[in-house]
Amino acid sequence: MSTKLQMKNICKYFPEVVANKNVDLEVIKGEIHALLGENGAGKTTLMNILYGLYSPNAGEIYLDGQKVLIDSPRAAIRLGIGMVHQHFMLIPSLTAVENVILGMKSAKSPRLDLQEAAARFSSLAKQYGFNIQPWVKVSTLTVGQQQRLEILKALIRGADLLILDEPTAVLTPQEVDGLFIMLKKLAIKGHTIILITHKLKEVMSFSDRITVLRGGSVVATLKKEDTNPEELSKFMVGREIIEEYAKASYNPQDLVLELNKLSCNSDRGLEALKGIDLQVHKGEILGICGVDGNGQTELVDCITGLTRVTNGEILLNGENITNMHPREIIDRNVSHIPEDRHKRGVVLAMNLIENIMMMDYYKPPYAKGIVLQWKKIESRVDNLINDYQVKTPSSKEIMNNLSGGNQQKVVLGREMTRDLDLLIAMHPARGLDVGATEYIHKKIIEVRDDAKAVLLISTELDEILALSDKIAVIYGGEIMGIVTPQVQIHELGLMMAGAKKNQTN
Amino acid sequence: MYNEAIIFFAAAVRTSTPLLIAALGLLYGSRAGIRNIGAEGMMLIGAIVGVAGSYYTGNPWVGALLASLSGALTSLIFAFLVVTAGAYPPVCGTAINLFGLGVSTVLARVIFGMNTTMPIIASFSKINVPLLSKLPVLGPILFQQNPLVYVTIIILPMIHYVLFKTELGLKIRAVGENPKACETVGINVCSIRYGTIVYGGFMCGLAGAYVSMALLSFFTENMIAGRGFIALAVLTVGNLNPLGALGAALLFGAGEAVQYRLQVSGTGVPYQFAMMIPYAMTLLALSGIFKKPVKSSASNGIPTMKNRGD
Ligand SMILES: Nc1ncnc2c1ncn2[C@@H]1O[C@H](COP(=O)(O)OP(=O)(O)OP(=O)(O)O)[C@@H](O)[C@H]1O
Ligand SMILES: [Mg+2]
Repeated sequence: MSTKLQMKNICKYFPEVVANKNVDLEVIKGEIHALLGENGAGKTTLMNILYGLYSPNAGEIYLDGQKVLIDSPRAAIRLGIGMVHQHFMLIPSLTAVENVILGMKSAKSPRLDLQEAAARFSSLAKQYGFNIQPWVKVSTLTVGQQQRLEILKALIRGADLLILDEPTAVLTPQEVDGLFIMLKKLAIKGHTIILITHKLKEVMSFSDRITVLRGGSVVATLKKEDTNPEELSKFMVGREIIEEYAKASYNPQDLVLELNKLSCNSDRGLEALKGIDLQVHKGEILGICGVDGNGQTELVDCITGLTRVTNGEILLNGENITNMHPREIIDRNVSHIPEDRHKRGVVLAMNLIENIMMMDYYKPPYAKGIVLQWKKIESRVDNLINDYQVKTPSSKEIMNNLSGGNQQKVVLGREMTRDLDLLIAMHPARGLDVGATEYIHKKIIEVRDDAKAVLLISTELDEILALSDKIAVIYGGEIMGIVTPQVQIHELGLMMAGAKKNQTN
Repeated sequence: MYNEAIIFFAAAVRTSTPLLIAALGLLYGSRAGIRNIGAEGMMLIGAIVGVAGSYYTGNPWVGALLASLSGALTSLIFAFLVVTAGAYPPVCGTAINLFGLGVSTVLARVIFGMNTTMPIIASFSKINVPLLSKLPVLGPILFQQNPLVYVTIIILPMIHYVLFKTELGLKIRAVGENPKACETVGINVCSIRYGTIVYGGFMCGLAGAYVSMALLSFFTENMIAGRGFIALAVLTVGNLNPLGALGAALLFGAGEAVQYRLQVSGTGVPYQFAMMIPYAMTLLALSGIFKKPVKSSASNGIPTMKNRGD
């Protein structure tokens, strides 16, 4: 057992933020090493240093016992380091295969040999069970498919030290299993894997050793056998985490959202929703569960006015809002936590204040006529940062400099502190640490207990089961059936794979 | 009538060529996320340097080469400001335009003196291509032109090929869309941007030399007269595509040819109206009447990885 990677005494300071402080990380050849820590603990920063994207203020890196200088991703790739980033590094207007081979040299260099690349792409995709066509535009792929493409991108470059920054955040349970089987195989072949994740279950079932970061420093490095999830969450957030939430008894009241025979087309012009009927009441959380890419995105886009409804109608509190302008829908107290925070949730180049005020800046009390009321705005923003424990040096920091989880907290805070009748939450806990996940789940339950309607869309079964009062299973743009959270997992699985709910039960 | 049409189209090709050369130059940079609106200034510098080069050496090709290099050199200033210093591209482009106007004017006065008549210089004159120029219709339109037109006809497919069929082209297209993603796969975004910008300057310099040595054969102050901006419009109407740029350049070139014809034919239309044609077309083009969703690169010149923290 030899040491593959040693990072010694790594320090990284950003203006006003200590992201890494005297970090020592040792990774053994052929292991799956989990890197844990709460949002903003410095995990991504540490890995960006290893991948040559950031240069550390101090510290040394040894690969296979040799001291190395990694001053650019190019150097990292040459040393056999591959990284799948937390936020996709894909170019939407290019095809899948173009994305995968971007920056690589082919045998026919400088000519572009897309045919050969596509063949390699397909065989690799098949080998790992990824269902992606080489010639599709990346912009038409679902979030889950994009993630798989990223993994493929690292593999095709022949990396033997593979860094995966929250790779499973967007995968379905089945896909997660598939991914880990593949990672195990890679590890057996001698690849070394560093895995960042917030999901302790995955850590306990698939990793060999674990390093926990907190506030930029290492608090523990443990063997998996010597620890348990309770201890790990204590290391991470300093307390134990509950996973069962207290809820008021289920007491649905007036109808808030009603979908009648709703149909629409996807970006590719195919029919994405085929006559959806759904109802959400006050005081109710309706969970939509299903494998990613079965119409969830389009469903949310229809309700929020972001895509055209081709057939059917959407009623909000009895009013027909079908194909209304998004702002008109927002003004009817519909909150939306989008699936892709970078695309739809935040403007990365703007600061926290601007992002938080994006929907309300023109309304009293934040504006009087055309004059912004900065005191009011600042107090709202500061409260939100406090309540949602957003880790940031100030409210004037630009979004791009926040860690992934903290960006998500800003979106959550903005959407949940508005006046709302209907909350549409898509993957609300994506990228959040265990503590923040618990917090946000409690908040969603509060919204529901406050007699508001909640539509929760998630590919995480645990999340759906823990929060929902009723669960609708979506498959191929149709609702397979509506069940209660007491449903057998097995039955849910069948419905997610396209079996209609049995009429007899 | 037939002859009239042939003459008109030949003139359109002649007037559209500088627009196309400049547009083909600006195309790569725009694809890589940085549009240099300093085309006008670089063309002006190219125009005077070309004339001066030809004046001293007696060889228009040497003049054209020097003109291209002067454009490239000027664009290096732009590249430094935008890529290295992270300045806002449109402001830097404007600076280049002012710089170009000033420098070309001063150079002309220093070299040729003030208020004297311009000397005769060796310029690019019409050369008939053997065989091809005998073709009906196409012959007189395309193959009885000056040599720079032929150069353009040859490089157009090459530019298209590089952009869409080579690894370099893929990098250029990708850098404009998501520079950060490109850095993570080891592409040097800065050098791609420097390269495309300097290449753009080279082509703009050549386009300037075309105006002063093929379209005309002398230099006058501010002689580019907005062609640099029209080239930017050509790029937009052509949807950042070489073939699209060809179509758009011909359209604008035809506009200019119409203007000349109206001016000389004495139709009673005030000549000021005729002169407006290319500029009015530019305005229309940029307002999006020709084509709706105009492509622009997503990153739009935002410098990358500002926050390396070092
Ligand atoms: N480019 C940057 N400029 C300024 N501050 C930064 C930058 N990148 C990260 N930070 C700060 O450094 C700290 C660590 O961030 P990092 O992204 O490493 O966290 P993380 O552990 O990956 O969190 P998460 O689980 O939320 O992704 C955060 O407080 C973040 O705000
Ligand atoms: Mg992170």
